[in-house]
Amino acid sequence: MLKRLIPIVLMAAVIVAVQLLATALEKEYCLTQLTMAIYYSMVVMGLCLVMGYAGQVSLGHGAFFAIGGYTSAILTTRSFLSLQDTWWAGILKRLHVFVLREDMFGSPIMTVSPWAAFLAAMIVTFIAAFLIGYPALRLKGHYLAMATLGFAMIVHKIVLGSAFAGAADGITGVPEWTLGAGLVITGKSVARVQNYYLASGIALVILILLGNLVRSRVGRALQAIHDQETAANAMGINTSAYKLQVFIVSALIAAIAGVLLTHYTGGIGPSESSILKSVRYVALAAAGGMANLWSASLISTLINYLSLRDWFGTFDNAVFGALLIIIISIAPDGPFKPLGLWIRRWSSLARVRTGEKNHETP
Amino acid sequence: MKLLEVLNARRSFGGLVAVDQVSFSVFSGQIKAMIGPNGAGKTTLFNIISGLLPTETGKILFKGKNIHRLKPFQIAHAGISRTFQNPSLFLKMSVLENVMVGRHSRTRWGFIGCGLRFPGQIREEKHIQEAALEQIAYVGLEHLADSPAGSLGFGQRRMVELARALATEPELLLLDEPASGLNPKETEDLGLLIRKIRDTGVTILLVEHDMSLVMDISDDVLVLHNGSVIAEGTPSAVQDDQKVISVYLGKGLAHAAPGEKSSMRLRRP
Repeated sequence: MLKRLIPIVLMAAVIVAVQLLATALEKEYCLTQLTMAIYYSMVVMGLCLVMGYAGQVSLGHGAFFAIGGYTSAILTTRSFLSLQDTWWAGILKRLHVFVLREDMFGSPIMTVSPWAAFLAAMIVTFIAAFLIGYPALRLKGHYLAMATLGFAMIVHKIVLGSAFAGAADGITGVPEWTLGAGLVITGKSVARVQNYYLASGIALVILILLGNLVRSRVGRALQAIHDQETAANAMGINTSAYKLQVFIVSALIAAIAGVLLTHYTGGIGPSESSILKSVRYVALAAAGGMANLWSASLISTLINYLSLRDWFGTFDNAVFGALLIIIISIAPDGPFKPLGLWIRRWSSLARVRTGEKNHETP
Repeated sequence: MKLLEVLNARRSFGGLVAVDQVSFSVFSGQIKAMIGPNGAGKTTLFNIISGLLPTETGKILFKGKNIHRLKPFQIAHAGISRTFQNPSLFLKMSVLENVMVGRHSRTRWGFIGCGLRFPGQIREEKHIQEAALEQIAYVGLEHLADSPAGSLGFGQRRMVELARALATEPELLLLDEPASGLNPKETEDLGLLIRKIRDTGVTILLVEHDMSLVMDISDDVLVLHNGSVIAEGTPSAVQDDQKVISVYLGKGLAHAAPGEKSSMRLRRP
C-alpha cells in the first residue's frame, strides 16, 4: 500500500513545486502551456494502456481527441435559439441541457451546456471507437493500426471540409466550463494557477485509476494478451472483448482530454485531428516505455510543453521522430528503467569494491 | 461417466488430413494417454478439443454438451484446461503473475471495479494471489514465485504452465508432451505429480512420447497413426497389439526392416 503511494506523493510534490517555482520567478504565464501539455499527456496515458499493455497500436488517438473537442465545441457554440419555443426545448432547458447566454457580441443565444456537451462527446467517441475497434480487434495482428490510420484521415478531411466544424479556421468562442465547487475551466489569466492544479489533479486521478487497472486481474489479462494471445485465450481470457474494451477506454480518455483542452483554450482547430498529431502521441507513448504510465506521462508533458513553448521551431515534428527512433533503439523500455538498473549496478559494484578493501585490510 | 466424447472429429490442412474421423471417450477420473508417431495428429486433436481449431465434421461433447463451436476461453470456463508442447508462458510476468492469470475464468471484476479498487475487488485479488501461491507450491516452485518467467529453465517452465492450468480449476486437463525436455528424475517426479493431480479428481488426457511414463501412469491408451485411431485399451493390451507394434513401437520388425521409419511407411494402413 505504502509503495503505491510513493509515486503519487512524489508526483503531487513535483506539481506543487513547479507552480511555486513559476510564481516565485514571476513566470506564471508558463503554466498556461504546461496546463495544455498536461491535457495532451492524458491522451498518451490512454494510449500507453493500448500499446504497452494490450500490444495494439492506435494511430487514431488524435482523431478521438478531435471528436471530443469538436463535439463539445460545436454543441456549446451553436445557437439553437430558433428551437426555443418547441415543447421539448423547454424540457431540455429545465434539465440544464440547453442554456441561454450571450455570445461574444452580446446577442442572446441558446446552446447546449458544457456538461451535456461533454456527455454527448463521450457517446459519440464511444460509438466511433466501437465501430473501428470491433472488426479490427477480432483479428490478430496490427489491423487496428491500419483501421485507425484510415479513420484518422477521414476525420481530418471531414473536419477540414465541413462548415459546421468551422473548416480550416476551426471553432472559437467556446465558453468556460463551470464544474461546481468554485472550479472553472477557463483560459482567463486570473484562473491560471487554479486551472493548472485542476488539469494536474484530473491527470493524476486518471494516472491512479489506470495504475490500479494495470495491477489487477484486468491488467494481467491485457499483458497476457500482449505476450501470448493464444495462451491467454486458452486460459479463459476473452481476448477480443478485452482488446475492444481497452481501446474504447483509451479513446474515451483521449476525448476527455479533447473536451477539457477545448474549454481551456476556448477553441479547437483542424490540426488537432491531423495524422501527425496521432503519430506524436504514439511517439510519446513509446518514448515513455509504453508499459510505464508514470514515465510516459512525465516525458510527454515535458516534450509537449517544450513544443508548445516553441523550443523546437521548425524542427518540431522532426524532434518527435528523432525521439521515437532514439528511445526505441537505445532504451525500448523507456529511459527510466535502464537508468534505475544502472544505478543499482553501480551501487552494487561500489559495495563489492569497498567490501574487497575491507577484506584486504584486516 | 463419459467426461469427454469426441465423435468423428476431422481436420485437414490443405490436402493433408491431419485428423480423420477420430472418435474416442475419456471417462471421469482417468489418466488417458494419446500416443503415436510424429504427425499422427495428436496436437491437432488437442487443439480441436481446446477450441483453437474447429473440427470440420462431428462433435465434441464435454459433460454431454457440444463444445465444438465454443471459443477457447469459453472452453476454459467450461472446465477444460491445457498446457502447450512448447511452454507458452507470459515471459514478461513473474511466475506468480503467470499462475494468477490462470484464475481469470474463476474471477469476475472488470475495468471499472479494478480501476476504482472496490473493496470486493481487493478481496478477490487477495484470493487470486493465495490460490496461485497454493498451485505454485503444489508443483514445488514456491521459491521461484517472484522470479520473471523468462529466467526459468525449460523444466521449470513446464511446471509453471502446469500450475497455471491447474489454477483454472479444470475438470479435464490436457497435457501436451509434459515430459519432453525433462531429465529422467524430473520425468519420474512428473509421473507422481500427474497421479497426485488425478487423485484430487481431475481427469487427465495427455500426449506423450516417453513410453515408460505412458505405460507407468495411464489407465487407458489411445494410439493414433496418420490421423486415425488404430488401437485403444489398457497399456498392456496396447503394447501387445500387432498393429501398434508394427506402426509405432517397431519392436518385432526391427530385424526385418532396414529402419523403423521405413517400416512405418511400408505398413501404412
